[in-house]
Amino acid sequence: MPYEPVLLANIHKPNSHTLAVYESGGGYRGLRRALKEMSPDDVVERVKQSGLRGRGGAGFPAGVKWSFLPKDHPGPIYFCVNADESEPGTFVNRVQMETDPHQVLEGIMLSCYATRATTAYVYLRYEYPLCLKRMQAAIDECRAARLLGKNILGSGFSLDIVIHLGAAAYVCGEETGLIESIEGRRAWPRIKPPYPAVEGLFREPTVVNNVETLACVKHIVDRGAAWFRSMGTPPEPNDPLDPGSFGPKLFGLSGHVNRPGCYEAPLGITVRRLIEEFGGGVWKGRRAKAAVLGGLSTGVVTEAEFDTPLDFSAPGRVGCLGLGTGGVVVLDETYSMVDFLHNSCRFFAHESCGQCTPCREGTYWALQMIERIRAGRGRLIDLDLLLEIADSIGILPGTTICGLADGAAWPIKTAIRKFRGEFEEFIRRTNPSGYMETRPVETLVGGSRETASGFQSLISNS
Amino acid sequence: MATLDASLRKDIQDGFPKYPTRQAVVLPALHRINERLGHVPREAVVELAELLDLAPAQVQDTLSFYSFFKQDRPQGRYRVWVCRSISCAARGGEELLEYLCKKLGIQPGETTADEQITLECAECLGACDQSPAILVNDTLHGNMTEEKVDELLKSWSCQ
Repeated sequence: MPYEPVLLANIHKPNSHTLAVYESGGGYRGLRRALKEMSPDDVVERVKQSGLRGRGGAGFPAGVKWSFLPKDHPGPIYFCVNADESEPGTFVNRVQMETDPHQVLEGIMLSCYATRATTAYVYLRYEYPLCLKRMQAAIDECRAARLLGKNILGSGFSLDIVIHLGAAAYVCGEETGLIESIEGRRAWPRIKPPYPAVEGLFREPTVVNNVETLACVKHIVDRGAAWFRSMGTPPEPNDPLDPGSFGPKLFGLSGHVNRPGCYEAPLGITVRRLIEEFGGGVWKGRRAKAAVLGGLSTGVVTEAEFDTPLDFSAPGRVGCLGLGTGGVVVLDETYSMVDFLHNSCRFFAHESCGQCTPCREGTYWALQMIERIRAGRGRLIDLDLLLEIADSIGILPGTTICGLADGAAWPIKTAIRKFRGEFEEFIRRTNPSGYMETRPVETLVGGSRETASGFQSLISNS
Repeated sequence: MATLDASLRKDIQDGFPKYPTRQAVVLPALHRINERLGHVPREAVVELAELLDLAPAQVQDTLSFYSFFKQDRPQGRYRVWVCRSISCAARGGEELLEYLCKKLGIQPGETTADEQITLECAECLGACDQSPAILVNDTLHGNMTEEKVDELLKSWSCQ
């Protein structure tokens, strides 16, 4: 039986973004019922039972995250919605907010009810102007219909939702960078602990959840935890720490496929099935060489690894950082992995916030090296140097405050380890007289030190 | 004369009730100023700081984190963001950026002499399903080609 989409059920209806259409499809019925029949703790319990894990990249169990909030806190408790979707290859939150903003809002309302938060800030990236328009219009409709404001539907529960617009900085999607940005400061991620649940926005207990996670909450409250657990990948029997990967997931499929788009499938669908069944195969009748598994940060899989299930555990078994955001970018057999790695290194060097030296310098020097390789002045030893950088920056090796550097490292590790032959061939071919050089060589004259985050050039190459 | 006029001040102050601190108003206020003036001149930073009861350095500190905000001169009437991240790059985004540079005679980050168009490289616009994509002010244009770029440029010069 083909899978019937739930998260994307509304998107093809005309005016799917309006309150009238959303309610005609049963929207806000779950909220009305929950406010009458469920206590906040009941909602937390149901979400915990569902096994819902965060859809933004880290995959932390959402109900468990909520339960870290202090009990009987006098308030305020703040709720932040992470709508700063900036991971390259990722666009599913955009589709959700543009086509079905009320589904997201209902998820926010239920989650705020569960966590006793009274203000929710939606941190929306600047690059999504249509989302801004649709989300703001949806909030205004809800206010007019008394679904937002004081004493919602006579339940005693009050909530206001505020959209906070970002300004084109990737690191604002890191939850404490996001908090700093709302507070009006440089979006430098905070050292944890304390975690936001204890001390977050305006130093109060705070929950930060991704847009898609919240849309899942809406359906879990509507349909129950058992429904959610009826699809996905159960926990690994041999791994007591694996909570499993349950529920539907949105996958953003792009790159060299015939039908790029946002698709919904149960967690655990393989990369190959996603490309073949949803994407209509690789474009131009070509073969695939590789794919970004779940947003650039997670790294790449080879064509031979396309049978990897897209769930929270399997990507780790093929050397990827994780499921990430579910943004799958297909690269065909003609696309150069040198170009891929250059594109990746440029992105992370640009987006490093500059706070931690290993990330600021590591991403910068990785870019300098790959630029030099791409310009035909590479040495074989550069590949080992790149791997040395990649293995030493990030929260996994323990050298940075946030995971941005891990995201920079995984594309380097996976591209070079899985496509070393292609890199070596390129270096030998383009630098026949110097590929064996092991002494230090100059960086490219005119190499750039550009950053998204305004810290100025520390090293000049000219 | 003040850089922030009365209506702009009022727009900014309307945001006060949304946040428990004045500092949190900095980013929304910078957006209001940028929308109105096309950039955030240094005088505006000083005036905004006064309005929010902050030191100018606090506002400047936040502003300078986001290379989105420019201070020296207003952006062009059309701010054109060309996506260069992986999905777009795989489908011709880099070539599109080069084409625009050549066509406009400017580099990314620069504004045309007639002050109509500012060209910018963007990191992932989140429009990977319609790559290569560009964002022009508030409008996303997907599945771009050189022909479509030509049409856009022509439509702007007619206005």
